[in-house]
Amino acid sequence: MQLNSVKKIALTAILVFSTAAAVYADVIDDIKERGTIRVGVKADYKPYGFRDTDGSIVGIEPELAKDVADMLGVDIEYVPVVSSNRMQFLEQGKVDLMIATMTDKPDRRKVVSIVDPNYYSSGTNILALKSLGLKEWDDLKGKPVCGIQGAFYNKATSQNYGAKIVAFKGTAEAYAALKAGNCAAFVYDDSAIVAKTKDPEWADYEMPLATIDDAPWGLAVQLGEDKFHAMMSGIITAWHKSGRILDLETKWGVTNTPFAKAMNEK
Amino acid sequence: METFYEWFLVLYEDTGINLPFLYDDYDRGRILNGLWTTIKLSFTCVLFSVIIGMVGAWLQGSPWKLTRRVVNFYVQLFRNTPPLVQLYFFYFAVGILIPRVENGWGGTSPLIDSFGWAVISLSFFAGAFNVEIFRSGIEAVPKSTIEAAKALGFSRLQIYKDITLPLAIRVVIPSLNNNLVNLVKTTTLAYAIAVPELLYESNQIWSDNVNVTEMMLFLLFAYFILVGILVWAMNSWDRSLKIPGFGQ
Repeated sequence: MQLNSVKKIALTAILVFSTAAAVYADVIDDIKERGTIRVGVKADYKPYGFRDTDGSIVGIEPELAKDVADMLGVDIEYVPVVSSNRMQFLEQGKVDLMIATMTDKPDRRKVVSIVDPNYYSSGTNILALKSLGLKEWDDLKGKPVCGIQGAFYNKATSQNYGAKIVAFKGTAEAYAALKAGNCAAFVYDDSAIVAKTKDPEWADYEMPLATIDDAPWGLAVQLGEDKFHAMMSGIITAWHKSGRILDLETKWGVTNTPFAKAMNEK
Repeated sequence: METFYEWFLVLYEDTGINLPFLYDDYDRGRILNGLWTTIKLSFTCVLFSVIIGMVGAWLQGSPWKLTRRVVNFYVQLFRNTPPLVQLYFFYFAVGILIPRVENGWGGTSPLIDSFGWAVISLSFFAGAFNVEIFRSGIEAVPKSTIEAAKALGFSRLQIYKDITLPLAIRVVIPSLNNNLVNLVKTTTLAYAIAVPELLYESNQIWSDNVNVTEMMLFLLFAYFILVGILVWAMNSWDRSLKIPGFGQ
């Protein structure tokens, strides 16, 4: 009997949810009416989305978002998000579109509408002191490893390699903790770590391991926004075809990634 | 037990209500660890903050001006700044200044880890309030009682320890109760410096499983119970200290 009432509640929730989605469908009209598109981007992930010295958000993903705004002929509003809240922001309609270095995962597809084709791809690696001489992922066993709250590879790193994950809210805290010696390494996206190792301030640090979990990134719209989804799908294809992604990588000092090259050739 | 756990997997598949910390071994380990850390952190902070409060209130009544000033400065500093800012300050700013020790993995780490800083910071934070709370209790003890003790030849410490404090405790329990309840709830802030307490572990779980609603409900329930236990303990203590004719 109890299970029945639980089922009823769940069913009601689903009903309410789907009606709400139907009522609010077609976010494109909303955006045009508002005159601004709100895009969730990272503000602490150089060079994909970070704060410039004047405080404005810049980077590869903000530029991609700007392309979308230009295409719709509206202004753009960047909403800084972090890994642990980006999907919730989109779900609650605080942003219309999310381009926030999110890895494409099946369970995430249940919550937000991830657009195909994937616009980017990266894997997982660590940033660690050269003097530690780490060589394999198993070397992390039992050591404290800094991470970001909400990153999917935290669980894998601790489950598969026995590392003790010490996860922080943002990258600034994680980098500070790594520098202070609170962790042996910082597990993060290889694309961001590569950029960090070029920073003279981080000259003593290296990216010593083989990249694992090379996985595509997905930008996402709200579930049920089919028209917007189709439009974004077309835009991504155009980005790949025209070499826009490759150009942006070059502009922001990232070596062209194999994924971006392959998609351009397709 | 396994059947009990598996029932929650069935619940997830049938209704979409996802409680991975019940059916997944790894997530269960995380939530238990989080619960244990929260209990440990709360208990240590409650203990230290009460000690700080008692000692601070005693020092506040010191005949030396300097001692009184130092205590007042401490109270102002910790009462007037947000606990999250204090945590960040201790962990990131003071943390890099303190001596470093060899860690087990070929480098050096600060002497105090994030749990240690959380205990220090939160104890001092709640301790500042406790000083004022104990002061209110001490001031409620009749002057004549203390004068009588002085006339009998008790020293200042003896008067405080054997006469003022025992009477003061009976007066302050309700407000102390308030502050300690707040302290237990404030331990959730420690997740900002990666202390693996209940909120931190729940955050990890909802990030991996995208079950924010369920985890929020669980958190609410868990803290309700945890704080409930504290309140129950404080109330029974209050009852056991009852003396006829004093403040009842």
